[in-house]
Amino acid sequence: MDVRLSDEQQALRDSVAKVTADLGPGSVGGLDDVERAAKLDAAIAAAGWRELRMDDDGAPLASGVEAAIVAEELARGLADAAFVGPVLAGDLRRLAGAPEANDVETVAFAAELDDIACLAADASPDGVVAIDAAAAGTALAFTPAPGGHALVELDLTAEREAVDLTRPSAVFSGTASRRALHGTFVADADHVGWQALGLALTCADLVGAMRGAVELTVDYAAERRQYGTEIGSFQAVQHLLADAHVAAEGSASATLHAAWAVDALEPHEARHAGHVAKAYCVRAARSVCETAIQVHGGIGNTWECLAHVYLRRALLSSDVLGGAGASLEHVLARVLDDVSEDREIGADHGLR
Amino acid sequence: MDFGDSPDEAAFRTRLRDWLRDNNPGLPASSTDDAYWAGMADWHRSLYEAGFFGMTWPTEIGGQGLPSVYDVIVDDELAAAGAPPRPSLGYLVQGILEHGNADIQARFLPGIVNGRDRWCQGFSEPDAGSDLAALRTRADRDGDEYVLTGHKVWTSYSDDADWCMVLARTDHEVKKHKGISAFAVPMDQPGIEQRPLKMINGITKEFGEVIFDGARVSAENMIGEPGEGWPLAMTVVSHEREPGELGFVSRYRKIVKDLTATVNADPASFGPEARRDLGWAMVEAEMLRLHVCRRLSDRLDGIEHGPDGSVDKLLMTETEQTVGHAAVSVGGSGHGGTDDTWLKVYLYSRAQSVMGGTSQIQRNLVAQRILGLPS
Repeated sequence: MDVRLSDEQQALRDSVAKVTADLGPGSVGGLDDVERAAKLDAAIAAAGWRELRMDDDGAPLASGVEAAIVAEELARGLADAAFVGPVLAGDLRRLAGAPEANDVETVAFAAELDDIACLAADASPDGVVAIDAAAAGTALAFTPAPGGHALVELDLTAEREAVDLTRPSAVFSGTASRRALHGTFVADADHVGWQALGLALTCADLVGAMRGAVELTVDYAAERRQYGTEIGSFQAVQHLLADAHVAAEGSASATLHAAWAVDALEPHEARHAGHVAKAYCVRAARSVCETAIQVHGGIGNTWECLAHVYLRRALLSSDVLGGAGASLEHVLARVLDDVSEDREIGADHGLR
Repeated sequence: MDFGDSPDEAAFRTRLRDWLRDNNPGLPASSTDDAYWAGMADWHRSLYEAGFFGMTWPTEIGGQGLPSVYDVIVDDELAAAGAPPRPSLGYLVQGILEHGNADIQARFLPGIVNGRDRWCQGFSEPDAGSDLAALRTRADRDGDEYVLTGHKVWTSYSDDADWCMVLARTDHEVKKHKGISAFAVPMDQPGIEQRPLKMINGITKEFGEVIFDGARVSAENMIGEPGEGWPLAMTVVSHEREPGELGFVSRYRKIVKDLTATVNADPASFGPEARRDLGWAMVEAEMLRLHVCRRLSDRLDGIEHGPDGSVDKLLMTETEQTVGHAAVSVGGSGHGGTDDTWLKVYLYSRAQSVMGGTSQIQRNLVAQRILGLPS
């Protein structure tokens, strides 16, 4: 065992951090700078990060750990460019034996976001949500097939909405043009493995959001003066920020394992690692982002403060593939005899 | 980046797992019974003799001289077997290794590691809790000896101890942090009175207070130089904050395992609230295990003392107290004459945010030394 990042992984982290430092929004006003956002998108495309889970001779180009490193750093820098959605789409195509997409592609989730949308041949995609839809032209969904699922491609014409100001979603209403991807098949075990990747990446996104929110708030507390001194010198403020840092560290430890598990453990074990991390990270991220707003005081409750941008981003990443309650149920289902792990995903057993 | 075992680690894991099959003493999950602590002394010697204790300590003192991450494997396997946790002595060993001279190390460390000698830690005093440097116990030189006068309190295992690591003031002219020295003091002597304290869960075995009134200690038993007591104390408490050093992950996971078995034995009796608390206990215990993997991996190239121990302490505290909540939620609080084992586990968990430095102090350290906020 040696869970330290390799030199290459550290270098990857540094290069993502440099891109977001140079081209990230930097402020709420910066989110409106379309020219900058286009440069950020181009930089991410040029680096090939969205392709990390595409097929390379029968295996993904990079492990879940590399993908999680990129996800975390992009979230820390509040990158307003697609990443998690396209990476998950690339992983699905690899698992399904589908050719690579021609354009940026993301994943369409069921309305509750707790799993990929599954559309029967004649079903309307009404209410289906394509996450991370900024630059995407299409979104992948499942369609039932014996023993698993086949892939279907939906054209993304729906209007974008953005609770998360950095990553708009597209909500389908009425009809959408769709194409079945013939010859594709995702076995149930591969579906579970894909969920493991999704859990790890959304956790990494939450860890990044936590780290970014803590840094933003520590900087503010060291500058903002009241009673003639920096508010960061007050224990009441220090303790809030210390707890936020600790929550981010615990989350990072659980997430690192979930990211490693994606390729190192069999799918159900990997997904279990993902659910452990997700339960922990969802709860932690909400608390950390709320602390960021609290310490910013009145300013924190205005649109111009970045604290709510982190919170909004965390809310989306929390819901994708189920929130804390759903993950807690999965964790329990593994050890309690009277609850099945293989029940319908998203079923509510009273813990939420 | 690999959470998996190397071939050597896997072989070690198998060897330990096989040994545990025949050598698990089957002590209760709760560390709260007086009988438990008597059993722990035998368990310590048994682990040591089989080569499963002191994994990362030097072989000269009876350790196994293995890389830091072997402690993760030990804790994993102890938890999986439902065996008791390993004895938590790392903070004493590290303190003496880093501050004691060769003579002190040779005289005292083997007996700590092999379980021959029981030790307690005479740090806190009635008026020196969080403000440890305010301690007033004095050690006055008298020929080749020092004479100790003072009052130590909240001293764990003082009733069983053969030795006490005592912090005492040897210089009254310098600033409070500078005038403290550390001693290895034999407990069996007329000038020492030991009184048990009853903890909130009712046990009398763990806590004590120790009165020094003319107790004597040889000058050769000073650990470190005169005035080096404070840096030694900081080494000791920093290790006392680390779940990887203490081996507490296996204790938490064993409790979770027992609580899970309780639910499975009668699932209909447990509703959403008990299940939710159990779920969070599982998540927290696993998070802490993984956090320890991270921390001990960082030590593969050697120990560095930084403020990160405070992060670990706060995560460990969160875990123990979440497990404590699950213990009463699932196990019941013992009303009406029912079994109060889990109540005791719960009440014991409240000490974790105090011992080894309160959570308030840890938060100060994180804020100022890690986040760089102004003091």
